[in-house]
Amino acid sequence: MFKNYLKITLAVMRRRKFFTFISLFGISITLTILIVLTAFYEHMFAGKYPEVYRDRSLFSTMIEETDTSTGGMRRGPMSIYFIKKYISTLKTPEKVGFSSSPNTVNTYGNGKKLKLYYKYTDANFWEILSFEFLEGKPITQQHFDNNEAVAVINDETRDDYFGKGVSATGKTIEINGQNLRVIGVVRGSPITRMMVSADVYMPYHLQKVDPLTTSFNGAYQPIILAKNERDLPLVQAEFNEVVPRIPLQQDGDFKPHVLNAKLELYFESFMMSGPFGGSGNGEAQRRFYIFATLFALFFMSLPAINLVNINVSRILERSSEIGIRKAFGASSKTLVYQFVLENILLTLMGGALALIIAAVFLWWFNASHFIDYADLAINWTVVIVTIALSLVFGLMSGVFPAWRMSKLPIVEALRA
Amino acid sequence: MIHLKNIEKVYRTDTVETLALHNISLDIAKGEFLSIMGPSGCGKSTLLNIMGLLDEPSAGVVNIENETITGFSDKKLSRFRNRKIGFIFQSYHLINDLPVLDNVELPLLYRDVSGAERRRLATEALEKVGLSNRMKHYPSQLSGGQKQRVAIARAIVGRPDLILADEPTGNLDSAMGNEIMEILEQLNRNDRTTIVMVTHDEGMARRTHRLVRLFDGSLVSSNSFYND
Ligand SMILES: Nc1ncnc2c1ncn2[C@@H]1O[C@H](COP(=O)(O)OP(=O)(O)OP(=O)(O)O)[C@@H](O)[C@H]1O
Ligand SMILES: [Mg+2]
Repeated sequence: MFKNYLKITLAVMRRRKFFTFISLFGISITLTILIVLTAFYEHMFAGKYPEVYRDRSLFSTMIEETDTSTGGMRRGPMSIYFIKKYISTLKTPEKVGFSSSPNTVNTYGNGKKLKLYYKYTDANFWEILSFEFLEGKPITQQHFDNNEAVAVINDETRDDYFGKGVSATGKTIEINGQNLRVIGVVRGSPITRMMVSADVYMPYHLQKVDPLTTSFNGAYQPIILAKNERDLPLVQAEFNEVVPRIPLQQDGDFKPHVLNAKLELYFESFMMSGPFGGSGNGEAQRRFYIFATLFALFFMSLPAINLVNINVSRILERSSEIGIRKAFGASSKTLVYQFVLENILLTLMGGALALIIAAVFLWWFNASHFIDYADLAINWTVVIVTIALSLVFGLMSGVFPAWRMSKLPIVEALRA
Repeated sequence: MIHLKNIEKVYRTDTVETLALHNISLDIAKGEFLSIMGPSGCGKSTLLNIMGLLDEPSAGVVNIENETITGFSDKKLSRFRNRKIGFIFQSYHLINDLPVLDNVELPLLYRDVSGAERRRLATEALEKVGLSNRMKHYPSQLSGGQKQRVAIARAIVGRPDLILADEPTGNLDSAMGNEIMEILEQLNRNDRTTIVMVTHDEGMARRTHRLVRLFDGSLVSSNSFYND
């Protein structure tokens, strides 16, 4: 029975190539776009290598001091001083680490000019993140205590600077005129993970200015790891109590009265402000999810309407077949079942096609080095949900016309 | 086999009312080969469709094999059509998207028959009508006579007790028509299948057991040819 229905489905699809193309195209393109968009979203925001604990981490990219009498404002990343004094001292987090915002430097290695992203980090940074070491070891407190000139580099930098596959540990790399001993090589991560990605990592004591300043402003970003996800609001609350008690610093004519600083989930610290920037409690991300879901539904409604249309006309034009089947013993129920099955098959084919296109596209994107270390992947939840939704549309659009047609008197169906 | 009592059929459209059948009572015995004749529009197809449960009478009683067909559910009706009745239509009514073999298998699809058994029975039916070499063809690749033979194979594949044929030779030349007629006669003779056939051909009608004539929706005469 099923095989027979499959046969007629394929026959009808073949006969009505144009409509088949339009409906398959409608389904596949929509699903492909949704799959690819979620892959990009996850690449940006999900907890992926090496930030596997992003879901229980908090971030703070900016602090803001306002002089309410003049309306003057100062806004920017914080200093090591500020982090150490007001964030590292929090009781609720499991661990606080930090690193500088990425910067670029030109260097010469292996006879060519290299443009490298570098970051200064503390030792906790390496304990919070799950870097995979291809060789050597991370930066530790000992390196700070002994004031050592060391660096951790990623595999691409090793290949470019020392030669492909050549071991780099113990060798020297020159950054900003300083000769640094390489102590480890990590598998690289995409630069879109800005809090953690770099080609070269160095202990912050090698930086000249920031470690000595007692100003609040600097070039550093903390990563605050909570013990678990449920603790995130506790950590935020603790910091919110600390902030108003921080004595503000006068800097020439600038006399700030208000300090605005908060710890945020990754998504919110990334968005900073605008429609999806938020209060730091996950509200913004929820808002984004609602928006994204509405967008996806709207986006899917177009091929859905198209599908309904095609289904209706596809079924209506087959009244003669319906008459014949009924004359030889098909009940209305069986016919509805047949047409619904046809719709499901069509939808599943569209879904399968979308999966293939999306998989090929993502594979190509990852391989293209458009973003180094891109690790875009198909989110199966999204695949299943979108295909399920298409099936619902397919069912809704198939059942009604099929039911109506199956109720058509046989004599009339045959005459048409 | 079939008992029709006081059958009326009225077609109503917005403006006109057509009385297609008027007070038809007719008994057809098991194993009988009956032909129906009459001018175009007199209600022959309508009558056949009512016998075959493809259409409902406006009034009157249809009784087939001692079952009175009133208030049958869709499911029961379709079962009845599936088990008891095989149709042959003037315009073949094959499913163009399916090859010959699948078309012939159709009635078995709605029974509890395995795929292999369906295939075997359909092949056998096609052999009976001399078309076993056309199984993989599509209806569009067949001549009119071949299409009608496929339709016959489909009608007989489920071994129904009753075959209803609406001008089965109407679109065919006389040689082809003769061949089709022979197949029907064989079915009637060998399997004792009851056959009701609408025809415009006096000669064909004379080869059946009995001929009834319709005029303007009413039965006007009935001749028996049991003398041959
Ligand atoms: N669906 C319908 N609506 C209105 N009138 C109809 C309908 N079907 C049939 N009729 C009318 O009923 C009458 C009988 O039609 P029927 O098809 O039974 O004639 P017939 O004897 O089979 O003719 P033919 O030899 O041309 O096939 C005709 O007058 C026809 O116009
Ligand atoms: Mg007719």
